[in-house]
Amino acid sequence: MDKYPEFPKEKHVKKKAGWKEIPIGGMITKAGSSLLNKTGTWRAFRPIKDDSKCIHCFMCYVHCPENAIRSDGEKVKDIDLDYCKGCGICARICPVKAITMKEEAEFNE
Amino acid sequence: MNEKKILPLTGAYAAAEAMRQINPDVVAAYPITPQTPIVERFAQFVADGIVDTEMIRVESEHSAMSACVGASAAGARVMTATSSAGLALMWEVLGVASGLRLPIVMNIANRALSAPINIHCDHSDSMGARDLSWIQIYSENAQEVYEHNLLAIRLAEHKDVLLPVMVCQDGFITSHGVENVGIFPDDIVRNFVGEYEPEKFLLNINDPVTFGPLELTDYYFETKRQQEEAMDKARKIFLEIGKELSRITGREYGYFEAYETKDADVIIVVMNSTAGTAKVVVDRMRADGKKVGVLKIRLFRPFPYEEIADVLKNAKVIGVLDRSMSFGANAPIYSEIKNSLYDSERKPKLQSYIFGLGGREIYERDIEKVFEELLEGKVSNKKKYVGLRE
Ligand code: SF4
Ligand code: SF4
Repeated sequence: MDKYPEFPKEKHVKKKAGWKEIPIGGMITKAGSSLLNKTGTWRAFRPIKDDSKCIHCFMCYVHCPENAIRSDGEKVKDIDLDYCKGCGICARICPVKAITMKEEAEFNE
Repeated sequence: MNEKKILPLTGAYAAAEAMRQINPDVVAAYPITPQTPIVERFAQFVADGIVDTEMIRVESEHSAMSACVGASAAGARVMTATSSAGLALMWEVLGVASGLRLPIVMNIANRALSAPINIHCDHSDSMGARDLSWIQIYSENAQEVYEHNLLAIRLAEHKDVLLPVMVCQDGFITSHGVENVGIFPDDIVRNFVGEYEPEKFLLNINDPVTFGPLELTDYYFETKRQQEEAMDKARKIFLEIGKELSRITGREYGYFEAYETKDADVIIVVMNSTAGTAKVVVDRMRADGKKVGVLKIRLFRPFPYEEIADVLKNAKVIGVLDRSMSFGANAPIYSEIKNSLYDSERKPKLQSYIFGLGGREIYERDIEKVFEELLEGKVSNKKKYVGLRE
């Protein structure tokens, strides 16, 4: 039994590993593995950003707890819905109210 | 066997002497009677520059064990010591140490738990912690305390174990009683204990890892199953390291000491200092032609069920002496002995005795009386109490 296998791997998102396959002590042996955790599935409200109002102050960018707001380094761009968990912090912090939270149900087909 | 120095040491100082030779990277501790002289003596070694240890003086035992956990996860070799209420205050963090698989070695000077307040010896403290995935080694005297520490550090840090270890001794009786203790040369002991080289540790920036992430229903169960596996492996590894240590000390480190048990009709099972008293009684009764023996348990966690059943199964009557209670249930050692014998073809009769709570003295005559009534076959499924006033 390998005490410290690489964990977690992509395959563990779909199928959880058994006790002989995981590192001892619940250790995470792979840096950056939080990318495998798609926090977007938690979302009940979706932030909608009005680009015409945005003044690119980066307030939402620095406050987003999931680093879900993307930027090209100059300007704030879109929101990565794979990781946005819908907490609404960006909408609350935006000084020009460029972001509004909409119920996720509205986007269901 | 090696040339040893004989020093007049208490059990506490014997523990500190082992710690001096082991020279841990970090010791975080808080004083509590009767453990205090262990870390007090060790703090003197630190102050005198005899060891390289970082001594962290904390404001409570909860913090002491927390600092030990942090230091051990960071990659340090870590030791500490406590007793009674101090161990109780560590409770939450004891499970963190074992759950994170951190090989911390802790000396316990066994003491009763409050209330009512009592600073004297019984085993309620470490027995209460028996299900927290710490290995537990019990010591009859100061010499064993010293040697068990050397064994414990190797066992804890073994790559197939990685579990914390408690080395227990009787508070005051052993911790404060001066005995002749043979101390082996520093270089030989240091060669035996070696350096701690963790495979994964927090301060290794070239191989970043996370200790203790949230597991919930996803992986907690699997992590606990791994701890059971490590405990299982620790059984065999304990004996292997013990054999290696024997080459230095000339003494044996079995799971237990079976004293005059081979042809014994009656065997008393007991741990720590009282085993010494019981052996004196056995010698005297054997001289009178009585077939009595003592089984002194050294390794209580993991518990050596099969090997113990093997020693006990041919006796007629077994008396199990517990220095703690599991209120409303069978006493801790008695339970394990009963479990051991369930799978055995031959089942001797069993009697549970509770003795010595809160430091109540137990004398040779008390043990002799126990042997006598067991020889007469007086057993029941009720607990009996030695030294209790009715
Ligand atoms: S709702 Fe929360 S998670 Fe989503 S982009 Fe805004 S701040 Fe980030
Ligand atoms: S906080 Fe509002 S204005 Fe500032 S960058 Fe974000 S969306 Fe644009």
